[in-house]
Amino acid sequence: MDHLEKLEAKSVYILREAYRDFKNLCMLWSIGKDSTVLLWLARKAFFGHVPFPLVHIDTHFKIPEMIQYRDDLARKWYLNMVYGENTEAINQQLTFHSGKVDRLTCCKNLKTDALKHTLAGDWLRYRMNHVTGTYDVDSNKEPYTGVIAGVRADEEGSRSKERYFSPRDKENEWDVANQPPEMWNQFKTDFAPGTHLRIHPLLDWTELNIWEYIEKESIPTVSLYYNQGNGKRYRSLGCWPCTSPVDSNATTVKEIIEELRSGKFANITERSGREQDKEDGGGLETLRKDGYM
Amino acid sequence: METREQMNIVVVGHVDHGKSTVIGRLLADTGSLPSGKLDQVKASCERNARPFEYAFLLDALKDEQAQGITIDTARCFFKTKKRDYIIIDAPGHVEFLKNMVSGAARAEAALLVIDAHEGIQENSRRHGYLIAMLGIPQVVVLVNKMDLVKYDQKVFQSIVAEYGAFLKQLGVSPKEFIPMSARDGDNLAFASDKMNWYTGKTVLDHVDAFVKQQDDEAKPFRMPVQDVYKFTEKGDDRRIIAGTIETGSVSVGDEVTFLPSHKKSTITSIEGFNTPEVKTIGKGFATGFTLANELYLPRGEIMCKSEDRLPIVGSRFRANIFWMARAPMIKNKKYKLKIASARVTVRLAEVLSCIDATDLTSIQGKQQIDRHDVAECVLETTSAIAFDTIDDIQSTGRFVVVDNYDISGGGIITHSTDENESTINQQIDKREMRRDTGIVTKKSFLPLCLDVSKSLIVMVGGGNVALQKLKTIIHYTDRVQVYACTILPQIKAMPVEWTEGVYSPLCLKNALLVYACTNDKELNRKIGQDARKVGAIVNVADDPENSDFISPAVFRQDHMSVAVSSNGLLASTSVQWRNAIREFFTNPMLPT
Repeated sequence: MDHLEKLEAKSVYILREAYRDFKNLCMLWSIGKDSTVLLWLARKAFFGHVPFPLVHIDTHFKIPEMIQYRDDLARKWYLNMVYGENTEAINQQLTFHSGKVDRLTCCKNLKTDALKHTLAGDWLRYRMNHVTGTYDVDSNKEPYTGVIAGVRADEEGSRSKERYFSPRDKENEWDVANQPPEMWNQFKTDFAPGTHLRIHPLLDWTELNIWEYIEKESIPTVSLYYNQGNGKRYRSLGCWPCTSPVDSNATTVKEIIEELRSGKFANITERSGREQDKEDGGGLETLRKDGYM
Repeated sequence: METREQMNIVVVGHVDHGKSTVIGRLLADTGSLPSGKLDQVKASCERNARPFEYAFLLDALKDEQAQGITIDTARCFFKTKKRDYIIIDAPGHVEFLKNMVSGAARAEAALLVIDAHEGIQENSRRHGYLIAMLGIPQVVVLVNKMDLVKYDQKVFQSIVAEYGAFLKQLGVSPKEFIPMSARDGDNLAFASDKMNWYTGKTVLDHVDAFVKQQDDEAKPFRMPVQDVYKFTEKGDDRRIIAGTIETGSVSVGDEVTFLPSHKKSTITSIEGFNTPEVKTIGKGFATGFTLANELYLPRGEIMCKSEDRLPIVGSRFRANIFWMARAPMIKNKKYKLKIASARVTVRLAEVLSCIDATDLTSIQGKQQIDRHDVAECVLETTSAIAFDTIDDIQSTGRFVVVDNYDISGGGIITHSTDENESTINQQIDKREMRRDTGIVTKKSFLPLCLDVSKSLIVMVGGGNVALQKLKTIIHYTDRVQVYACTILPQIKAMPVEWTEGVYSPLCLKNALLVYACTNDKELNRKIGQDARKVGAIVNVADDPENSDFISPAVFRQDHMSVAVSSNGLLASTSVQWRNAIREFFTNPMLPT
């Protein structure tokens, strides 16, 4: 087995383990390269099917192309596609872009809180209707107790401490100091009522592995990752007011892989274009403890 | 396209022995840090008026910095010319043992860090034990902070002697002990000029010399059934048995047996998504199969190839367990056992011995397993499970125990046992007592000829008695292991495996025959008792009353052997008889 086959096998195992144990399971899909690889791995694990909903948090500041790409794939792959949002904050413009709040508060409003309530089912969820191809209000208000997310340990400090199966309490809080042991592919799959689990099948993958796998499997990705002719591409995708591209001439997956292997970005963290990281002590820890992904 | 090899390594050690500094240095010296990171941490240290330390690089979490100890297994990455590494920092504080275990269980190799100044500490020993139990195959010991002992070779050597002997008892043989100073980078990435007496490799060279585990496809096929899928969407009518192949390989057309149910079928297809069709698949792949007939299969069965050696099916087995939960493991309480993909109710039937992991002394008579104990015990499941012993197949021979939603212990299966074995053990113990009180006074030994060529013989003792016995034994087998504090050079020259060190019951593992011939009569008796517990038969030197077998006087010629026994009572008479027989057959004057 080569290293991509090994990574794939481990992730597939984790996905199947999650599916086996959680009735109310969902997968977070940010439209980025990592969670798209995760979605692809789910299709691997379940032989072309994705037997749980994909949840996206729409901040209304996503680059429009991302939403288009999300809906195209959802129709094509017949995904159980669900999105949620913080309607109140968006209507009242409690955002960084409007100047009313700082970056971290904006993240909390549009991402963390929206995610929390979408998962809990106490805010409206919108679900794709495959007959009309548009979204309806979802009648299912059951909370999701198992949440699959595409975080990678190499992304930044706090993510390196994650478990494959990581319990969060009722308030979505992460008790970093007291995590369950994991060994020999045995994970925490028993949990008390009220807690829920985050499941992280991509923990061992690196940025390079992600791109190698995208190439190997020909996984469709958003064009924002590639140089559009202005000598710039996005390495990490987020909300447009807080995300900036890097200098790069890479126009294909192959060229991105070469660029990463060349060590060009060895001294620049992957999320260097994400402004909220810098304001959270470089660790994203405050945001993540509160439920940020 | 060029693909780079990847390896997981773990760094473990007692608290404050310098693990995080070792890792911080590895990252910095191999140029694996984003440039901003080092400056960022240095600036943060300056702001807080703290001297910069490499360890801070890892302390990405704020509350961790506040406590000053690594609370969890952090992963970071570094590269050498040879390959990419994922390095796992495992906390040294005993409170965080479960984090250490989580980190170490993923590793292909371990760096054990010991502070030269503080020497071997409780956790240095406990970690050694866990590394042996977790089955990490490659270990290098870093004797850190040599600067604090003025680079003194004697200090280094005494740690090598003491810790080396300890690890040897556990069956762990480190590739090297490296004197080093992580703070200053001595012998880490670069050879140090402060310790010219050390001529071995640097830490980094050793890390690059670790080898990748071989994919062992030669073992019998085992695939724990993780789930059975039938997704009917878009007219899909496949019924797929899904799981990850732990060992061996299997092909379309093979007959397979599911255990413990003993159901059988034949493989129709190997399923995948966006992958070329294959007819054979092996170890490591997370895959799926369709079968010739629709079996009802509960999750947790093990799929095996019918023609292979099959796993053991039973509900009672002997295991070594380490316990991580605050609440002890107690008898007659229901726990959940997770082994391969099976989950069953289990209870602790017997505690055979509890080992204090700090000094490997065994505590007898304990009836529960406390936090941080390592115990040898018997577990009993409410329904039968399929399993292998750890020496046979690792992945189907290890398990975790769940108590009240939490993984509380981990363990390895050392022996299968049927309903009766424990009773037999109790009878042995009773017999021992009767012997001790002198009720049994004489016995007579059954002569037989035993094929020992495929079995392990363990000799505890390295003096003249051992030498005389070995002279005969080595004609019949080359699987002999000798353990003693000091071993005669004549024995070392024999085709045997030998280990110098203090006796531990662990060295009796898997033995068929055990010879106890140290010069300590009490110890010999104890070895005899330990040997029976692991199912071996034992000879206690000069003590036929406590022996299961005795060594006759033997005369061999060509294919013939003559053995003379006096039931252990009159050794010199046996030798006389043997010599007379030899003379009879070797004297050319006599007809043969």
